[in-house]
Amino acid sequence: MFDDKTAKAQRPVAIRVEGLRKSFGSHEVLKGVSLTAREGDVVAIIGGSGSGKSTMLRCINFLETPSGGQIEIGGEAVAMNAAGAPTDRRQLERLRQSLGMVFQSFNLWTHMTVLENLIEVPVHVLKTPRPQAVETARTLLARVGLAEKEAAYPAFLSGGQQQRAAIARALAIGPKAMLFDEPTSALDPELVGEVLAVIRALADEGRTMILVTHEMKFAREVADHVIYLHNGVIEEEGPPSAVFGAPQSARLKQFLSSVG
Amino acid sequence: MADGSALSASLDLLAYSPPGWGANLLRGLGNTVLIALGAYGVGMFLGTLGAFGKLYGGPLTRDLLGLYTTLVRAIPELVLILILYFAVTDLVNQALLSMGYERIQISGVAAGIMVLGVVQGAYATEVLRGAIQSVPAGQIEAARAMGMSPLLVAWRITLPLMLPAAIPGMANLWMIVTKDTALLAVVGFNELVQESRQAAGTTKAFFTFFMAAGVLFLAMSLVSNQVFARIEAWASKGTKRGGI
Ligand SMILES: Nc1ncnc2c1ncn2[C@@H]1O[C@H](COP(=O)(O)OP(=O)(O)OP(=O)(O)O)[C@@H](O)[C@H]1O
Ligand SMILES: [Mg+2]
Repeated sequence: MFDDKTAKAQRPVAIRVEGLRKSFGSHEVLKGVSLTAREGDVVAIIGGSGSGKSTMLRCINFLETPSGGQIEIGGEAVAMNAAGAPTDRRQLERLRQSLGMVFQSFNLWTHMTVLENLIEVPVHVLKTPRPQAVETARTLLARVGLAEKEAAYPAFLSGGQQQRAAIARALAIGPKAMLFDEPTSALDPELVGEVLAVIRALADEGRTMILVTHEMKFAREVADHVIYLHNGVIEEEGPPSAVFGAPQSARLKQFLSSVG
Repeated sequence: MADGSALSASLDLLAYSPPGWGANLLRGLGNTVLIALGAYGVGMFLGTLGAFGKLYGGPLTRDLLGLYTTLVRAIPELVLILILYFAVTDLVNQALLSMGYERIQISGVAAGIMVLGVVQGAYATEVLRGAIQSVPAGQIEAARAMGMSPLLVAWRITLPLMLPAAIPGMANLWMIVTKDTALLAVVGFNELVQESRQAAGTTKAFFTFFMAAGVLFLAMSLVSNQVFARIEAWASKGTKRGGI
């Protein structure tokens, strides 16, 4: 859809983060970070443990309340007061419905079957007619290789299957962009591949994605833009070839050698 | 032979139609069940609001709820019943009189349900608060992240997920409220214990009637246990313990 990278500048902005700051008490975790993801972009956020990657991602859909800065989703600025708190709950809920979030710990709803997980928000929030929601859900489950598991409860699935179901659940709301927070970090090594394959397929079809990951090789392959966070600031960013191939800062060099 | 005639005399006393007292006992049981169900419903309603209020409410809400649960749990139920019943009846009537209306007689059933319901609500607040806290935060976050409103999250995600943790405590509260109905005897309400006492007082067959009352309470508890076991199995669906 957006193969022509030279046309990048013309594509609409899907997510823009401007001067984002976040403190927990007196601990300033994000010290003014910015990011722009145009439609079809895959942005990877890398960095050491505690550098603020999850916090940055979670501020985009206000799972964490920012302390300052500006968030725009689909060209629409999220209304917030001077302290960073969202001021228009309806707007926030509507914007959240255009962002599919995938968590490190899957977070499937354990009292619902896989299929029920997928149709929950379409039916109860987006008011999609149930038969249509079920049909979409089945198509998505087939895509992530879980067609036979629709009636299973999450507790009876492997970690890899749960994460693929969680990705399908996020896709089921028809999101404009996907947010991934270390989607493979909680998985046994032999299950990582099946989840990365699903994410790679989404990248290949031109999905807009912001991906926090420790999988450097994967980030290098799928990302259009890589951000290296350190201590709450963007220490270095650029295309993967530059960030991984020719790192400039000493910290990034050290980080890359430490993660192999 | 003597044993046999004593037994048949007891059974005569318990017969449904007069001179047996069975109808009175059953009416008492009916009132007990009615009040217990009503108070339990009120308690669960107040407890749900109280639990969400304590966890997600503003400082004022939390302080008021803290006062409510502390007071109700600190004061013996008998005292609470006397205070709430007489004081509330009196307040209502004074208000009515001052507005130029007649005094009203508050129905025993309604008063019993309100009084025990307020008591139950305080305990249910704590039971449900603990259960809500047992819900994995990630599942609530996932719902918020996809744009569910707070009310929808509470109804579709938090409440069903907290049920398995809430049911043992809520079953306990049901047992307590069935027995607490007996305290309403002090305000002259004809529940099971009061009816038994009247029958025993008239016939002097104390043992027979109090045994009968005990057996009826036991039967009620055995039936309740069955019901709660089923609810628990249903609420645990999706967990390996509850089966598919
Ligand atoms: N809810 C919170 N309350 C207080 N401090 C927090 C909270 N969440 C995160 N932090 C702190 O903010 C800092 C950044 O955390 P964050 O989770 O964003 O790091 P991360 O880069 O995602 O790390 P990791 O790779 O370990 O997931 C850490 O020092 C963490 O302890
Ligand atoms: Mg993290």
